[in-house]
Amino acid sequence: MENEKKYIFDNPKNVKRILYALYGCCVLLFVLDFVIHRHVLHSWENLWGFYPLYGFIGCVVLVLVATWMRTFLMRPEDYYANEGKTDFDEMPIANKQLSVEKKSGIDSKHNDKIGGPDVDA
Amino acid sequence: MWMLEIPPFLPFFIGALIAAVTRGISRSVIMVATPVVSALHLWMVPEGIHLQLAFLDYQLIPYRADRLSLMFGYVFHIAAFIAIIYSLHVRDILQQVAAMMYAGSGLGAVFAGDLLTLFVFWELLAFTSVFLIWARRTQRSYVAGMRYLIIQVLSGVILLAGTLFYAAENGSFAFGHIGLEGIAGWLIFIAFGIKCAFPMAHNWLTDAYPEATVTGTVFLSAFTTKVAVYALARGYPGTELLVYIGAAMTCFPIFFAVIENDLRRVLAYSLINQVGFMVVGIGIGTALAINGAVSHAFNDVIFKGLLFMTMGAVLHMTGRINGSDLGGLYKTMPKTTVLCIVGAASISAFPLFSGFVSKSMVMSAALEEGFDWIWLMLLFASAGVFHHAGIKIPYFAFFAHDSGIRASDPPNNMLLAMLIAAVLCIAIGIYPSALYALLPYDTGYNPYDATHVLAQTQLLFFSALAFVWLNLKGMYPPELRSTNLDFDWFYRRAFPIALQNMFSIIWKADHALRQSFLVRLDLCLAFLSQRNEGISRLLSRTYPAGSMVMWVAVILAAYLFLSFITH
Repeated sequence: MENEKKYIFDNPKNVKRILYALYGCCVLLFVLDFVIHRHVLHSWENLWGFYPLYGFIGCVVLVLVATWMRTFLMRPEDYYANEGKTDFDEMPIANKQLSVEKKSGIDSKHNDKIGGPDVDA
Repeated sequence: MWMLEIPPFLPFFIGALIAAVTRGISRSVIMVATPVVSALHLWMVPEGIHLQLAFLDYQLIPYRADRLSLMFGYVFHIAAFIAIIYSLHVRDILQQVAAMMYAGSGLGAVFAGDLLTLFVFWELLAFTSVFLIWARRTQRSYVAGMRYLIIQVLSGVILLAGTLFYAAENGSFAFGHIGLEGIAGWLIFIAFGIKCAFPMAHNWLTDAYPEATVTGTVFLSAFTTKVAVYALARGYPGTELLVYIGAAMTCFPIFFAVIENDLRRVLAYSLINQVGFMVVGIGIGTALAINGAVSHAFNDVIFKGLLFMTMGAVLHMTGRINGSDLGGLYKTMPKTTVLCIVGAASISAFPLFSGFVSKSMVMSAALEEGFDWIWLMLLFASAGVFHHAGIKIPYFAFFAHDSGIRASDPPNNMLLAMLIAAVLCIAIGIYPSALYALLPYDTGYNPYDATHVLAQTQLLFFSALAFVWLNLKGMYPPELRSTNLDFDWFYRRAFPIALQNMFSIIWKADHALRQSFLVRLDLCLAFLSQRNEGISRLLSRTYPAGSMVMWVAVILAAYLFLSFITH
């Protein structure tokens, strides 16, 4: 892998070029706002730079809120993993154990392990 | 003419049957030929009722074609054709037959003229599609498929109940405008809503679609939700509640999409977001809005299919689909990269791509009808969809940091399928009149006026600018290996745990109850035996039981002896 071919974005200059092109387009579009006569349906659309600002601020808010949502929604990758334990072959066994435990009136901790996936599946 | 009476689902069911008994090349030929022949046939079918029969006292209409159903009929054929080409390399009879049956069921549902026929195909959609999930043959796909099936069948059962109420209220099964009056209206609405992935009923989609096979997801993304959109457009146009539900659907999934790692799950969230636009259009209910909803469904089938195909190609070639594992694939998968960007531009509604010519109709209709805040939400969702589907998907899969994976472009049949979809996306974007000519209403709408084009381009470019800025500032959330909790947590975690706790409490209580009963019983017996001890001592204290038996035997023997003597 050492003498691997150089690809277009391996060169930071090319990335810069793309970014400058984007900045150029943004400036141009912003200026066009004042040049092109619009037929607006709503008064908000008359606001100065309404669409560009709405797009920019909307996306920043979206990302910040989503990042904040991670603080209480994110769990480890295998969070739901024990659902997968009920295998086609294992299922009857798990059921048997469960029914035996039901009869003999159970300790609940051990029951969690078997009952969890079973209810889901 | 007898040809008219062949309902469009029939060729697919027959195709599935033949595919089941053939193999190799001949099966491929049958599978590709089916949608082509069926589409040619459908193209000749005029509007009207083509098949009806009497059932008890009711009139059933298994085959009714009008502009609305024909529109969905056409796009389902296109979707089936593309997805079949995409899956030509698959050698799995289960998947291939299930896919054909599934496509046929979708067609059956949109041409159903009565609710009973609709119900039959509604359930068939569930039972055929679940095999596309199970065909992945992993434990995850098995349980996800189970959950999917349970929810889909639940939707079907509610639909059946609603249908029976409807027949009782109206004396007819005819599937036309239903509206939210009476129990029937609400039941059918809920059934449609579940399949349409309304908020809080949406997790079957984000749960199951990413667990399906590479080719299965492409089929899945095309039919189920679009059948629901069709059904809503038929039964509930102009229902204001749908505007708010739809607006919620456009907005909440984009937050989840931004933090989701599995790129096919990102697409599943964005599918809900796109369906939201259609639901808003149906809710507004004007000619322009309905046109927007229907044409957006048409376009969405194609561009969402394209995006699922490109991500499927990535999964197929690399065996990975998490954003955290991918990156830098443009180097060795350049064709897939370009095709993915076409799909991304289409879903983001860039001018000259297909999303633009349909989504703008819904937005315009929202403004015209005075739904200002809804319009703002849709605008936010438009920026958001560009952000997660337009930028995030291609960026994290094909660019971003170099993951070191050097997978090549996928097999030719996959590339061809993606190419067809991409060409359609651009063709519809450049020449929307062809699409507009098929729409239910003639509104003379023109998407390409300077105001619209400028507004949309500004919105998108500045969203891109926001992405770049956040990335350069290091504020963009990195792709992390994780599970994000969504509403499904309630039925996958909270509910089972609550149930377990409840049962363990019940069992404990039951145990305690039995124990205390047994103790009481023991005490009772002890008490009784103590009390009767005096009597028992008197009667049987010192005599063993054996002696009593002996005395009985003696008496009997004496009795026998006496009876002999007397005779």
